[in-house]
Amino acid sequence: METAELKADRSTSDSKGTKTIHLPLTEDAARSLHAGDRVFINGLIVTGRDKLHNYLFNERPPKERIPFHLEGSIIYHCGPIVKRTAKGFQLVASGPTTSMRLEMYEPRIIAEYGVRGIMGKGGMGKQTLHALQENGCVYLHTIGGAAVYLADRVQKVLDVWKLDEFGMAEAMWLFDVKDFPAIVTMDSHGRSLHDELQEYSYRELKKLTRMK
Amino acid sequence: MTDLRDAIVELYRTAASSLPSDVEAALRHARGKEEKGSNATTALAAILENIRSARETGRPLCQDTGVPVFFIKIPCGVSHLAVKSIIIRATRIASRNIPLRPNAVDILTERNSGDNTGVGFPVVYCEETKGSSIAIDLMLKGAGSENIGQLYKLPLEEIGAERDLEGVRRCVLDTIYKAQGKGCPPYIIAVGIGASKDQVTRLSKEQLLRKIEDVNSHKALSAFEKRLLRDVNRLGIGPLGFGGRTTALGVKVGVNHRHPASYFVDVSVSCWADRRAHLIWKLQS
Repeated sequence: METAELKADRSTSDSKGTKTIHLPLTEDAARSLHAGDRVFINGLIVTGRDKLHNYLFNERPPKERIPFHLEGSIIYHCGPIVKRTAKGFQLVASGPTTSMRLEMYEPRIIAEYGVRGIMGKGGMGKQTLHALQENGCVYLHTIGGAAVYLADRVQKVLDVWKLDEFGMAEAMWLFDVKDFPAIVTMDSHGRSLHDELQEYSYRELKKLTRMK
Repeated sequence: MTDLRDAIVELYRTAASSLPSDVEAALRHARGKEEKGSNATTALAAILENIRSARETGRPLCQDTGVPVFFIKIPCGVSHLAVKSIIIRATRIASRNIPLRPNAVDILTERNSGDNTGVGFPVVYCEETKGSSIAIDLMLKGAGSENIGQLYKLPLEEIGAERDLEGVRRCVLDTIYKAQGKGCPPYIIAVGIGASKDQVTRLSKEQLLRKIEDVNSHKALSAFEKRLLRDVNRLGIGPLGFGGRTTALGVKVGVNHRHPASYFVDVSVSCWADRRAHLIWKLQS
């Protein structure tokens, strides 16, 4: 019997270990990534979750009004815990939040702001997968709940935007990350490991509910 | 009762930064069962490293420190209002000092209160007990897993669920199939069955207080829990939805009597970061 893990790991097994990527990414670099690739991310990424997505989607601020360069960067679905100290911001915990809540906003944000990666947990839907193909972008799955482990891979919290307006969890934080681990689970070639796994579990569900 | 307030602040710290040993042991066991070199084992290794690091440094192991849910047993004669007021004060201190992420948002103004207190926040359930100690269970319930929970009213034709345990089994499978990896598996799944909507949702939450190895005292339910765990793990969703053998670590079921016309089933799910802590506060007499 085919097992779920073999299926999900198919492309990892024929890749050459973990790829190190440096931001900003070009379109070609984003398109060279495939579902199943394990990556270490290096460079500047921004966080953004519910309020930020709602804002970018509805207000459509031009790029020059956003203090950070989103072009070629990664939007990380994350609402961190950050402590304000005399020496600046100290990151306490920064794991991913559930990406699917942002499905209705993401395609336009990818297209308008030129990001090359969306990172979070749980995967996203058909509209985002289509936007990844159209624009040359990838969805990166990192480790849900591993907030301390991941915070230790953020070298520095450089800046923040919309902190007073949106609050700590919903603001856009600028992180400098080093060897931040993630797995490409949706690529610009139309492949989604989440869809494949869901199909597998659907077949199992049908078997489990046929028998009493 | 300043001492109780400080003890509750420490309870928050323990819950946020130190995963219960039964959950950690179950995750360790799960890592051994997954395919070597798979994404599932890589993810579980990072999770175990995260648990160790959070405990050693006293940092919250997940940035979503959730909705605090208190289940409290209070001896006769002790004011429930007084205990609730201590909890509010402890919550403010814990939010600032640990720190916890401010998660309490006003529905109308969208303003975050900044200290995890607000209307119905934290969630506090009190009941009277015959003993002479206050017993407090605290759960930090992350939103990712709370959002994948489901309430069912049986019968429900679309999932072929009638009013029996087979129907309940279909509810659980439906919940987890729809959740896929969105709520941070391996999950701990809790089920409440009974007559009214509010009661079954609370009952299922209470089941989440049981340890992974806890065996249901009701023989039929104990067998049912084992069957549910085996079936859920056949869905193949695996750790964090990367695919694998461990979609859930445990399933717990609680039942109440029901009305002849009603059969409500609530499925409440915890992420692997099943943060709970327990405190017994002896009262001086």
